[in-house]
Order: sequence, then structure tokens, then C-alpha cells
Amino acid sequence: MTPTTLTENIQLTFTDEGFAAFLQTLNEPEWLTEIRKAAWARFKELPWPSNRDEEWMRTDIRLFHLEKFFIPSARGEVATGTPVLADGVDLVGSAASCDGVASGASQFDSAMAEKGVIFGTISELLGEHGELIRKHLFQVVDGLEDRFAALHQATWTSGVFLYVPRNVCVEKPIHTFSTMTDGGCDFSHTLIVLEEGAEATVLAESNNANDAVGLHCGAIEIVVGDRGNLRYVNLQDWSQKVWHFAHQKAVIGQDTNLQWTVGALGSRLAKVNQHVSLRGKRGTCQVNGVMFTENKQHLSYHTLQHHEKPDCTSDFLYKGALQDQSRTVWRGMIKVDVEAQQTDGYQRNDNLLLSSKARADSIPGLEIEADDVRCTHGSTSGRVDEELIFYAQCRGFTRKEAIRAIVTGFFQQVFDRVTIESVREALALAISRRVRDYE
Amino acid sequence: MSDVLKIVDLHVSIGDKEILRGVNLSMTEGETHALMGPNGSGKSTLGLAIMGHPNYKCTQGEILLNGENILELEPNERARAGIFMAFQRPVAIPGVKMADFLRHATTNVRNPDRKEGEDLIPMREFRKEIKANMEQLQMDSEFARRYVNDGFSGGEMKRAEILQLAMLQPKFAILDETDSGLDADAVRLASQSINEIGHNKMGLLIITHHDKLLEHNPPNFTHVILGGRIVETGGKELAEELHAQGYDRIRKQYPEAAKVNDESEAEAEAVV
Repeated sequence: MTPTTLTENIQLTFTDEGFAAFLQTLNEPEWLTEIRKAAWARFKELPWPSNRDEEWMRTDIRLFHLEKFFIPSARGEVATGTPVLADGVDLVGSAASCDGVASGASQFDSAMAEKGVIFGTISELLGEHGELIRKHLFQVVDGLEDRFAALHQATWTSGVFLYVPRNVCVEKPIHTFSTMTDGGCDFSHTLIVLEEGAEATVLAESNNANDAVGLHCGAIEIVVGDRGNLRYVNLQDWSQKVWHFAHQKAVIGQDTNLQWTVGALGSRLAKVNQHVSLRGKRGTCQVNGVMFTENKQHLSYHTLQHHEKPDCTSDFLYKGALQDQSRTVWRGMIKVDVEAQQTDGYQRNDNLLLSSKARADSIPGLEIEADDVRCTHGSTSGRVDEELIFYAQCRGFTRKEAIRAIVTGFFQQVFDRVTIESVREALALAISRRVRDYE
Repeated sequence: MSDVLKIVDLHVSIGDKEILRGVNLSMTEGETHALMGPNGSGKSTLGLAIMGHPNYKCTQGEILLNGENILELEPNERARAGIFMAFQRPVAIPGVKMADFLRHATTNVRNPDRKEGEDLIPMREFRKEIKANMEQLQMDSEFARRYVNDGFSGGEMKRAEILQLAMLQPKFAILDETDSGLDADAVRLASQSINEIGHNKMGLLIITHHDKLLEHNPPNFTHVILGGRIVETGGKELAEELHAQGYDRIRKQYPEAAKVNDESEAEAEAVV
């Protein structure tokens, strides 16, 4: 089959014909085409989730119409976007995409490549590292789990692959950036594999122009081998007209460390499943989540910390601030398997309501089968405490200054846990831009 | 001309409940006043009303700073006008560092006309000043990096309040039991510090049950508050008498005020 090149005039719809034409544009090995076809069949057989599904009860997607979008492709124009996480950071590699198509070749330090580290877009690397990619791709996330997962597995483009071999430490961060044009789609796929004893830091971010309509339907797959250490940052700051659906999962081994920081700021509606499986003894996972919503945004984050083996620690903290009529849903679950004794699991979600019309639903949950564990969870939601405002006012702060300081302080407690300075700064700046003056 | 804070026939209610029923009190800069009274008499209410707490409604009377009524001013405007209160139980502001909080506070109070977003006082100058004050209060330098009152022990909270008093240099300061919950050494340190910072300089309104604080800061006037009214004013010997003998004589002498006080205390207990 000869690959054809898409021109800006041809836009492929999410139909059998469109999908068939899309497959023709790809020059992919048979096994990968099969993965896509299986997912497409699944996509067709599943209904869209509805409010009868537990996970979607609070998240209404009736206004989402896939037929308004087209299978990701270059659309003849390029959105520049504004990455912020890499400001002043000495990077070892970077990749960027627009509308799910790589913007130029990915960059990677050749010294790292000599140590066997692989980084680039999946399509770039399929020829040389096809078997390695095949071993891991769609092995962590379940691409057939629901209709969005299947849609992603069938029609994803612009995947990024990072592979760090045994005992290799990639000291400087790797940066990935995705953007979209108005009306565009981003179906990017992230695959990160750290072998035993490997270390890396990945800063991933996505944003596009204010008011640009778009659809992100993505997935992140992370594998951290025994004694591995990964710091992963994911800053989602799409325009408030973007639909954002994502399945994100990490599987971590024995004596590992995973620090996963999530900035959930953008999108019109987001539904994200974040899942960490602790699959080896003494694995440690820390998740730091920052949500800040405004206008009519709706962000729905569902986390699962799954303890499969003994002696692991997981610590999930999500903090959200809500303005205007925005809404957040946070649903957390700590699942402890019967053999996962001595589990130390913690989950917390705190929300600050900055408007009487904002609403935060916080639903922590535990599912524990082992009998010798320590699992704690908690959540709070409330307005800014008037006593705190009064105290700061007594020290000369205006009411507005007082609220600004209190809101910033609320998030500072999450930033304190983030060990990467540029990330702390970018998040703090994003928050301070968003904090308005409240009466 | 010395600054004068004058409270005239002040009535204050929380909700429908009247707590202060006509308080009169006049303080001049440099004077120390002790405010004493049993529980429920309205001591803290007077302090919070002077600062402008939104839950404390002034239904009658005036609070005059150099002849100008401040009742319509926001708490921050009162702070910038030179009024300060050290809280009995200050609230924590998690995530906001003591140093950042105080730098902002100091800037605003020293430049009462500062607009939001304008520059803060230079970091160097501020650091030097806060360091000197913290050393005087025997506070570890780590303290400035901690979050405002977050996880502070009782003693640390009180010292943090005194540190703010030292930095903000108000004209008038209300000290609401700034010596309570401290051990003997800490009381002595707090009392000496307050003496050095404010005695004979600021107008101090000291609310206390302790005699150490007044020993180091002998009051020019002692006011006894009962049932929401100041029933008696004397010199420092009145404070000494109350420390030694309690409020029995006062209650007998002012039975109506004592009755009001007992009722409001009983109500407060019922609420708790």
C-alpha cells in the first residue's frame, strides 16, 4: 500500500470511510494497523457514556459532537502556542506537535542516544525500534475500556516515545508540547518506559489560542521498572472551548519512585482517568494535582491508586479553586489487593469555592482487601474563611489582597511538594494570572 | 500634638445580642491602659469592635481617632491609620510565609496611600529589620519561612503577634491576653518585649489576667469592664487589687452590671 499525503483540503471524518482513508495515510506495520482496527470496531460497538454510568453521572457530554471534528491531520496552518514549563530549563530533548502532527523533527541530545536512550515521535521511531514499541504500546492503558479510549487507540497520531535503558540516568528534563489550531484535534499518545534503575524527568504541556475550539482525546502510558525514578509533569491549559478526554496510567515496579504533577487549568470539559498501579514491593508514588477553573469550565478527574504489592506508599493530593459557575468533580479510589500488606495510602482533595455559583464534588473512596494497611483519605470544600480575611485586613491588607494571598497560599501547599523549580514557577504564575479580585 | 483614641458611648451587638452597652474610654499616645473584667464582660469584643470585625455591629456611639470617627473604615484602613490588635488566638494562613505576609503588611501600614500592586518595601531593608526584631524576641530565623501561625505552639503564636507589633509600630495597640498560655519565662520575655516596643511610646490597651505583664508595663489607668460597661476606672493599684482579690467587691458594688454579665456568660456557655 502506498502512503498518500493529506492535503489541507481533505478532512477525514470519523466514519468507516474516513478511518480507512486515514489508515492509508499511515505507513505503519501490520501489528499496529491491527491494534487500530480492533479499537475502531470497539469504538463502533460502544455507545457514548451517559449519565447512567457511575463515572459520568456528574459530567454531561450531550453537547459534545464528534462529527464536528476530523481525524487529526495537518490543516495547512500552524498554531504556535506558548510553552511555559521549559522556560530557563536546560533540556536534553524536546518534541512539539500541532493538530496531532509533529512540528518539525524532535530534538535529542546525541550523548544520551549513545547511552541507548531513545526519544522521539512514535512514527519516527517505528522503523528502527518497532519491536520495542510493540512490546509496550497499549499494554498499560486499556484502549478498549470505553468509547473515548477506543477512539484514541484507533485514530491517535503524534505519539511520543521515551525509552531509558537499565541504570541510565537522564539528568536534564525532556519537554513535550502539543497545540491545536481552531477546530483542530490532538490525539497524542505518550509512552514512557524506564527500565530497571533508570531515571528521567518529563515535562509535558498542552495549550492553544484562547477561544480556539478543539478536541483532545489522548492517552499516557508510563512504565517504571524496579528501582526506577520518574518525575512526570503534565500541564493541561487548553482554551475553554476544548473538549479533553484522557486515560493516563502508570505501572511502577519494586523500590521505584514516581512523582506525577498534574496542572488541570484549561478545557471546556475535561474527563480524565489517572491510574497508578504499584506493582512491586516498596514502590512510592506521589501525585500533586492543581485545578483552577473559571467561567463554565467542568473538570472531572478520577484517580485510582492501586496497591498490588506489599509495602508501597501512595500519596495523592489534589487542590482545586473554582471561580464563576465552574465545576469540578474529583473521584479518588485507593484499591488495596489482598497481598498488599503494609500499604500506606493517602488521598486528599481540598477545594476553595471562590464564587457562590461554583460547585466542587469530591468523592474519596477505599476498596481494601488486605488487613494490615494504613489508608487515609479526606476532602474539604468551602469558601475563603472570613476570619482569615479579617486577620490579614487587620495587618493592612485590603480585602482583595487578603483573598489573593489566601488563595495563593492554598496552592503553595501543593507547590511545596513539587521538586522542579520551573514547574513550581509556571504553576504559580498560571494561578496568579487566574486569581481575580474578589469582593 | 499627641494622638488620641476616644471611645464614646459605644454599643456593640453580635447578631441580636448586645455585648457592649455604652463604653467610654479615652487613650492618649504613650499611655498604658489595663482593661480587666471577668469572662463574658466584653473585653475581646471591645478590641474586635475597635478593629472593625464584620460580625460586631456598632449600633450606637463613636470611635474617634484624633477626632475623626473611624467606624465607617475597613479594618485595613484602621490598621493603616495606626491601630493594631494582637489576637488572643490568631488564625493560621497556610501557604503564606510569615516573612512575605509581614513584608506586605509593613509596606501597607507604612505607606497608607499605597495602591494594590505597587512595590513592596525593599527586601534588604525589610530583612534587616525583621531579623533584628526576631533576635530581640529570641525567635529562630527559620520562623520567617514558616506559614503564618500554621502549626505554631501557643508561645510561638504570641511571639509572632508581638513581632508584628514591633514591625508595624502602631499608634495604638490592643493586646488581647498576649501573655496567656505561656510559661513564666515566656511571660517575662513577652512583657519585657512589649515594654521595649511600646511602653510610654504607643497607646497600649492591655487585656490580661496576669500581673507580670502589668508589672513590666505599669498602667496609667485601669478600667474594669462588667456586663458590657466600664464600671470603674482607677490607677495601677486597681489592677493590683483585682489580681489579689478578684471581682467580688466589683460585683457587689455594681449588682446590675454583674447580673447582665452572668446572663451573657450563661448564654455563651449554652451556645458552646
